[in-house]
Amino acid sequence: MNRARKVLVFGGLALAAFGMLYGLYYAVFVEHQMLDHMGGSLATAFLRAAERQIPESRMALDAYALTKYDYVRQVDVHSHWIGLAMLMIVLGAAFDRVAFSERPKLRIAWALLAGSVLFPLGVILQTASHGSMFASALAIVGSALVTCALAVIAFGFMREKTAS
Amino acid sequence: MSAQRLLVFGGIALIAGGMLFGDIFAVFVLHQNGGQTGAALLAATEAVAAQNPAAVKDAFTRIGGLLEDRGTKVDTHVHMTDAGYLALLLALAQPYIGLSAARKKLLAKLFLLGGVLLPIGIFLIHYVGLAYSPFSVIGWASILADSAGALLIVALVGEVWGLLNYFRSGKGSIELPQDRTWERRILLSGGTMLVLLGFLDGAWYAGMNLYGQEARERKILGDVLDAAVASSPAAAQSVNDYGMLVAEKAVETAAHSHIIEFGLLAMLLSFIQPYVLLRDVWKRRWVVLLLAGSLILPIFVFLELKLGLVAGGIADLGGLMVIVALIGMLVGVLRYSGSIDAQAGGLS
Repeated sequence: MNRARKVLVFGGLALAAFGMLYGLYYAVFVEHQMLDHMGGSLATAFLRAAERQIPESRMALDAYALTKYDYVRQVDVHSHWIGLAMLMIVLGAAFDRVAFSERPKLRIAWALLAGSVLFPLGVILQTASHGSMFASALAIVGSALVTCALAVIAFGFMREKTAS
Repeated sequence: MSAQRLLVFGGIALIAGGMLFGDIFAVFVLHQNGGQTGAALLAATEAVAAQNPAAVKDAFTRIGGLLEDRGTKVDTHVHMTDAGYLALLLALAQPYIGLSAARKKLLAKLFLLGGVLLPIGIFLIHYVGLAYSPFSVIGWASILADSAGALLIVALVGEVWGLLNYFRSGKGSIELPQDRTWERRILLSGGTMLVLLGFLDGAWYAGMNLYGQEARERKILGDVLDAAVASSPAAAQSVNDYGMLVAEKAVETAAHSHIIEFGLLAMLLSFIQPYVLLRDVWKRRWVVLLLAGSLILPIFVFLELKLGLVAGGIADLGGLMVIVALIGMLVGVLRYSGSIDAQAGGLS
């Protein structure tokens, strides 16, 4: 197995394991509490409005919006880390079919691994500090790395000649 | 039947079954469920206007039930399809699992059993509830789903153990068959292109729509409550706006996830082409049909809000094209399997 494939297969396995562990931690310690908080906040906003306690209703609605902001990103991080890991493993299995020499292939593999780590990391950091420029920049750089690497890989697959 | 053939056959069958379920769900449940949820939210708004907290609670209980109904059906679709993907991935890994043929077959059967029972358990959660359950919060359907999930974990741990055995034996390298057929090249490059398109779509959505939609949701819900408190008829319009926003988010997310899933499926299917025993012309037809359906479904899901039910119907047709292509490939795998068995019988 050449170095580029090792980077993709073992990097993908490590990322999948990390993504699953994060998912397990999230499911056990965070998700249910967060869902309860989110649903409860929205229901409370309506209940307080029915009781004409308008400031409390507004506060509950704000709590709902903030909790949902975090929830959407936390679920996205879990699914993107595992999804990108699976993509890396599958690409690793087929990487000999990418019609480039070894050096650019190794660079593409590292770019895909770096992007797959950085993109969800940037998204999860957005929950630690809402509206953080650093976290958004990290997510953008990560997703750009993955996108560029995928474009080059697709081109490499298309360049390969079919056996007669 | 060897473990590898079991996993290829079971994997494609699970994916086709999961997709068929998704198509049925999209046609018969999704829109009706959305309409009922909107009606329940409107009822909650009317209860706010009438200063009736008890009716608000009732409406939210109903919304909770409807969301559970929808959520468990989406999860059934996703888990069945993803178990199929994993089965295909495990099939590729079988030559490198350092276990006896009987153990590999047992692990494959355990995995497929878990892959079938897990979505069945999830599907039943909404209908079985807590009936006859000895626990206060977990029903029998959840117990079935969790047990099936445990079966999948046991099978996966066994496969990892086998992989470690293979590496310990000193062979230490994984080389898959590298035949260079037209089908494999098109599935690999087409699959990668689909994933790439999905990524571009996701990046565009995150950059242009995500934050705007979050702000709109907060504003619309605020408008709903303000109008309800003032007993204004604008409340109904705001509830309608909220429904449209939810639909907008749903179609954008579904288009993004489906195009990437189909891309990954095409790449996985490229590896099993050597096991599809069909004439070249038929293998190519299934490949073209699969890729065409993989593109049509997400594009027309995305256009559903602009074109309405026509786009929904075309998207369902795209899903059907993928299912037909999968069944076509499944027939090829069965023929391959039959030829191997016939050969073995002939030799014995």
